[in-house]
Amino acid sequence: MTVNAIQTRRTDPYSPPAEHLELQGDEPVAFLDWRDGRKAWAITKHADVRTMLSDVRFSSDRSYPDHPAHGGYVPGAHKGAIIAIDPPEHSAIRSRVMNEFTVKKISLMRPRIEEIVAEALDAMLDGKSEAELVKELSLPVPAMAIAELLGVPYEDHEFFEHNTAIFADSSHTDPSQRVEAIGKLRDYISKLVDARMDARGNDILSRQLDAGLDAEEAVGLGFLLLIAGHETTANMISLSIMTLLDKPDLLQQLRDDPSLIPGAVEELLRYFTIAEVGGLRLATTDLEIGGKRIHAGDAVYGLTNTANRDPEVFPDPHTIDFKRGARNHMAFGFGPHQCLGQNLARLELVVVLEQVIQRVPTLRLLDPISAIAFKEWGPNYGISELRVAW
Amino acid sequence: MSAHIVAKRETCIGAGQCVFADPDAFDQDDDGWVVVLQADPASPDAIARAKEAVNVCPSRSISVLTRPEPGAGTGEAG
Repeated sequence: MTVNAIQTRRTDPYSPPAEHLELQGDEPVAFLDWRDGRKAWAITKHADVRTMLSDVRFSSDRSYPDHPAHGGYVPGAHKGAIIAIDPPEHSAIRSRVMNEFTVKKISLMRPRIEEIVAEALDAMLDGKSEAELVKELSLPVPAMAIAELLGVPYEDHEFFEHNTAIFADSSHTDPSQRVEAIGKLRDYISKLVDARMDARGNDILSRQLDAGLDAEEAVGLGFLLLIAGHETTANMISLSIMTLLDKPDLLQQLRDDPSLIPGAVEELLRYFTIAEVGGLRLATTDLEIGGKRIHAGDAVYGLTNTANRDPEVFPDPHTIDFKRGARNHMAFGFGPHQCLGQNLARLELVVVLEQVIQRVPTLRLLDPISAIAFKEWGPNYGISELRVAW
Repeated sequence: MSAHIVAKRETCIGAGQCVFADPDAFDQDDDGWVVVLQADPASPDAIARAKEAVNVCPSRSISVLTRPEPGAGTGEAG
């Protein structure tokens, strides 16, 4: 087997890596060459990935030097970072913030998200006939949604949007610029937390400080919302719009019946499953998955993008079917670490598609798919630039 | 067949997937924890929706226990 588990590079935007699909058919739990002379397990069947991600003996604790995400892509690892710790510590912290992301609470954000999307579209459409959609729509919408959660005052919106956009752009920006933007955002969130220590507001930081988070944990939470909720959502906005403009029959279905939009969002989430490394774990004991013996200390990759094309779970998995009605995909992961902000991400995607379809009926891609700059090297799949016209 | 829904707060992570799958049977309280609104789904459709909630719950905190009506044949556990 020549497949390298960590090379999650996609060459076709509409498909997981061909090597991983091959693994799913031939060897769904495979021990492969990885890096630094180490091997790693690649798990590609839906049922096996779910089992793995549900079992806390596969650890998320990145402080283990052998953890495959140790020293990884999370800048400025912080105290209480819930993506990098295990239960019971994880459960204690997550249970304190989960009240912010309930189905009911997120649905109350709909009017504000509608305003945010409308404002971004107003600015994009104003007096022009073409735009770069990532910069004008995909990045500002989640940035402003997070600003709303954090209670970023209006006069700071431009600063926040500007620096989050540099932070999100891992492919093009000069690395030193990116480091600088990350520093500015951390300082900014620290100042925001300091201000809330003095006077509480109506925002997630104030409520969490009331609930017992200390200042450092509150900064960590604010930063985590950015890491987890900004670039990821932006990528899904770009990929979803690209798909609709590239496949007019799909767009027409949503024009004819906008009530299909939530189902379309769910299917696009399954189809693209953009988080390439969300399923990285370290085995902390010997255990068996899919008939293979995994040993304590082994690195394990739950390849959710491939698992979400498992024909045993999703019939005709490579077809985009807005009426599929499958919510058991793992675009947001699975197990105790499943994405905290998933319902906000869904809301943003639904509102963006509703408004784009309604307001910009002549929207079209300016470049063929083959000329679009994709984020092929992760950690999240997406689009760097998407030129559109109307 | 009769069915009974059991939800474990201890493992719930408040993802709210059960609420999407079966809003008649599940809700979240203000803190985000799962709340069972209707623990004994009666119709086959209601039982199927409850089982979909089991399927999509990321923390595997929901079970649907089914048993035959008194005097009926063998049952199954879900």
